[in-house]
Amino acid sequence: MGLLSDPVRRRALARLVLRLNAPLCVLSYVAGIAWFLALVFPPLTQRTYMSENAMGSTMVEEQFAGGDRARAFARDFAAHRKKSGALPVAWLERTMRSVGLEVYTQSFSRKLPFPDETHERYMVSGTNVYGILRAPRAASTESLVLTVPCGSDSTNSQAVGLLLALAAHFRGQIYWAKDIVFLVTEHDLLGTEAWLEAYHDVNVTGMQSSPLQGRAGAIQAAVALELSSDVVTSLDVAVEGLNGQLPNLDLLNLFQTFCQKGGLLCTLQGKLQPEDWTSLDGPLQGLQTLLLMVLRQASGRPHGSHGLFLRYRVEALTLRGINSFRQYKYDLVAVGKALEGMFRKLNHLLERLHQSFFLYLLPGLSRFVSIGLYMPAVGFLLLVLGLKALELWMQLHEAGMGLEEPGGAPGPSVPLPPSQAMGLALYVLPVLGQHVATQHFPVAEAEAVVLTLLAIYAAGLALPHNTHRPLSYRVVSTQAPDRGWMALKLVALIYLALQLGCIALTNFSLGFLLATTMVPTAALAKPHGPRTLYAALLVLTSPAATLLGSLFLWRELQEAPLSLAEGWQLFLAALAQGVLEHHTYGALLFPLLSLGLYPCWLLFWNVLFWK
Amino acid sequence: MAAAMPLALLVLLLLGPGGWCLAEPPRDSLREELVITPLPSGDVAATFQFRTRWDSELQREGVWINLGRSSVMSSQGSSAPLSTSSTPPTQSLPLPPSNPWVWPMTLTTTFCAMLCCRGRWSAPKTSPPGRSSCPVVPRASLISFHLLQAGLSVLLKADRLFHTSYHSQAVHIRPVCRNARCTSISWELRQTLSVVFDAFITGQGKKDWSLFRMFSRTLTEPCPLASESRVYVDITTYNQDNETLEVHPPPTTTYQDVILGTRKTYAIYDLLDTAMINNSRNLNIQLKWKRPPENEAPPVPFLHAQRYVSGYGLQKGELSTLLYNTHPYRAFPVLLLDTVPWYLRLYVHTLTITSKGKENKPSYIHYQPAQDRLQPHLLEMLIQLPANSVTKVSIQFERALLKWTEYTPDPNHGFYVSPSVLSALVPSMVAAKPVDWEESPLFNSLFPVSDGSNYFVRLYTEPLLVNLPTPDFSMPYNVICLTCTVVAVCYGSFYNLLTRTFHIEEPRTGGLAKRLANLIRRARGVPPL
Repeated sequence: MGLLSDPVRRRALARLVLRLNAPLCVLSYVAGIAWFLALVFPPLTQRTYMSENAMGSTMVEEQFAGGDRARAFARDFAAHRKKSGALPVAWLERTMRSVGLEVYTQSFSRKLPFPDETHERYMVSGTNVYGILRAPRAASTESLVLTVPCGSDSTNSQAVGLLLALAAHFRGQIYWAKDIVFLVTEHDLLGTEAWLEAYHDVNVTGMQSSPLQGRAGAIQAAVALELSSDVVTSLDVAVEGLNGQLPNLDLLNLFQTFCQKGGLLCTLQGKLQPEDWTSLDGPLQGLQTLLLMVLRQASGRPHGSHGLFLRYRVEALTLRGINSFRQYKYDLVAVGKALEGMFRKLNHLLERLHQSFFLYLLPGLSRFVSIGLYMPAVGFLLLVLGLKALELWMQLHEAGMGLEEPGGAPGPSVPLPPSQAMGLALYVLPVLGQHVATQHFPVAEAEAVVLTLLAIYAAGLALPHNTHRPLSYRVVSTQAPDRGWMALKLVALIYLALQLGCIALTNFSLGFLLATTMVPTAALAKPHGPRTLYAALLVLTSPAATLLGSLFLWRELQEAPLSLAEGWQLFLAALAQGVLEHHTYGALLFPLLSLGLYPCWLLFWNVLFWK
Repeated sequence: MAAAMPLALLVLLLLGPGGWCLAEPPRDSLREELVITPLPSGDVAATFQFRTRWDSELQREGVWINLGRSSVMSSQGSSAPLSTSSTPPTQSLPLPPSNPWVWPMTLTTTFCAMLCCRGRWSAPKTSPPGRSSCPVVPRASLISFHLLQAGLSVLLKADRLFHTSYHSQAVHIRPVCRNARCTSISWELRQTLSVVFDAFITGQGKKDWSLFRMFSRTLTEPCPLASESRVYVDITTYNQDNETLEVHPPPTTTYQDVILGTRKTYAIYDLLDTAMINNSRNLNIQLKWKRPPENEAPPVPFLHAQRYVSGYGLQKGELSTLLYNTHPYRAFPVLLLDTVPWYLRLYVHTLTITSKGKENKPSYIHYQPAQDRLQPHLLEMLIQLPANSVTKVSIQFERALLKWTEYTPDPNHGFYVSPSVLSALVPSMVAAKPVDWEESPLFNSLFPVSDGSNYFVRLYTEPLLVNLPTPDFSMPYNVICLTCTVVAVCYGSFYNLLTRTFHIEEPRTGGLAKRLANLIRRARGVPPL
């Protein structure tokens, strides 16, 4: 720090930062992107390994042989569901009781803030059924959960069948040390959310539900199962949960070891993992998987009902049976054995899963990047903002020396309240004003919400011309005409850096994605030069445009590219889903964008059109 | 690692009635008894009770009660009774451990060691502070017996006891008056073992049972030293129309009594009755259901309770206890005792008790706040439970951050909070008559009757597992320490930089000569040039 406390050297350093600012910024940005791309190469990506000693070896003899039973249960369940048109609660209760479980039901209802057009639901009411296998001679202090979310369509019958067959098999064993909860939820994630809230006796999302009659202590881990066919070609595993939370890496390792043991074909993000990491092809394939994971994690939505468990610190993942055109198929016994193995291993746990990583990125099922290695990427990107802010600060400092005029400067704080107000309007008005909108325009509620969102978003762009023009008359100061926007940009840069830093700490993917798009234009924005170009760039990198771009990238990586019209439709649907998920599950992406990043982005827009 | 095994197999050496069967101590008497109760769910409960009575003055003689290898000295100068039990409390089973006495932690631990119950106390220095409580070990593992076999203890075969769904074990020692004026005292040692056999696992789904099917043994001879050795089988008919079950061999006598408010009929098999065993050389009691009971939920008792931790995150939480009174028209009071470890800092002002949506004011509250590392919170309340209602008692707490040496070796497992204890006089369906303890079967002492219209019940709720904020004790912890140090150093210099004002010094003139001169001047005490 001697470097900084010496005024002479400090001045030299300041001059260096000022003169080399642009190249330094470019270098830092490029370094950030390059670092991220390098994450898929072997020194940075490592093999996964099991850290938890209690689950160390796979020496469990799986005895599950209830394939026929599972199929029979599945057929019965599908028939009953077809007959009643909803979850066959009575049949489930009867069947669970007949396999020896302690059975309870829970009814819940929820009025969504506006109709969900993707899932075609508005006033939702349903019933969850769960059976508890009490561990013999234990005191019900810990439990494991196997859950199957059932939607309104007729999928997941085989998953229910397998759940029941596993319950019957598990019930006959004497080695259980933790209770096992077999949970079948209606209305997929809504049911899961209702059950979890009732289990923990909290009300986070305004769900109305009956209290639970039976509990089984602290839930240690959960596995969600989605299966819609009697045979599968592969099992896909989803880890990304609500707000980008991830389960402990050991749970994934556990799944992977049993995949290997049973010779199952397992995929991550629908992609097989490359075998060869030494050549270039392997890492490139890994990069696809990694990008898919980043996009999914950044979206902050729960990708499977496991995602909702993570809030309660229950390590959870979703297994999806995929039935594609591959030749070799596995039957339910193979899947059941993998699940049996996982549950027996989880049964051995002495402590909650905590040994392995909670923050990681996955370029493949057996490869991971730890937090220490991926954080520099976003660090480099944020450094650009820091450098730019430093430059502005120094320029302001030099310009402002001896020119302090009391009350003369406009203060950068002028556009702050209107932008924040815009953000608040964006957050509150669409849902609040949907009825007004439907009365005056020929649109449905969901459409009204999305269109209001877009309208307010666009209205924000018109704001700067109106807000500070009356004020700017006072501002025109011959000595330092640039001081106003520079101060505003300084504030905006620091604000953005803080926000992105905080986001990157909790949800790296979101932070990185936003930083990649927002940082360059934020650094460039100034009221001189090619304004239209800057404006176009700024619009292209605004949070909403980032979302649109991510959708295209997402489908491109999934090898199902979108046309422009499809992309737009998907974008509108994603907006509605984003708002809905905030209200139904407490996803934070919508408030984050509307209350945090959008106002911040408006500040840069203000800088650009500063007069 | 023993702890890693789901069913830790520990060996209990030489504790058991068999020991006395062969030891021939003078002036002792032993009574043994087995009660078999088929439960409506199809499971079968078996309760063994062995009662030994010493007609000697332990106190005056200062004798050690020699229980096999472990010895416990009766507390000197006091005739306080002792008892402990290792019972994982499960609310769905009608087998309340009845231990109405108080006693110190060290003795409990000793007994626990003796019972091999491998108890984990919820914390160091959290002794159960008494009142209506009795120590129950929150997390107990199964034991295995090593017994000298005779009499009823023949049935205690370790590997069969692993197939049970519930077990509870207790030891009680108490003084008994030898005569009406209580001029001399005898000591009574009572050992009980209750197990519930799981119909699903042992019976392969069938509900018929026999001694052989449950224990893989049959009774062959009575204990030669026992003055009483009996098997009771609950043959109460559940519906009045016809007999639903049948026992074989047919019992010679039956016994009727009011247990927990309902009338029960027991078939009695007396092992000392020579005809009982000599006919077939062994006794294998069997029970057949004439009409198997339906697969339905067992009948709900009048009083039951449930307890859980609500909330998420590691900062705050809430302890909730649900008390169910399912009696259709009678309200009754319940004494609720909670001992909560100090590291859950209770907010007493958040204590709420609601029944049927309305606030329920307890008629008596005793609260003793916790002292850090010394004593737990003690909360005792007398609550009136309205008829046919659910009463919710909830209190919020904050999770304390322990000193890092205070965490257990497995801190991420969580910390146990011992069960709440509920004591209540529950209205009975049938009027009971007061009993003569000496004459009635031993198992009656498990269900003490207070008066004709009520019966006494003590229930233990589930123990809870609560996670506290836990530092990462592995390598990253060191990393955090290191990072903190580096950050502290950086912060120090930055702070220094920000709070100091800098003045530009005039450029130094003069070279080595001036500096030398100044050095000399400073040595002389003259201001420098």
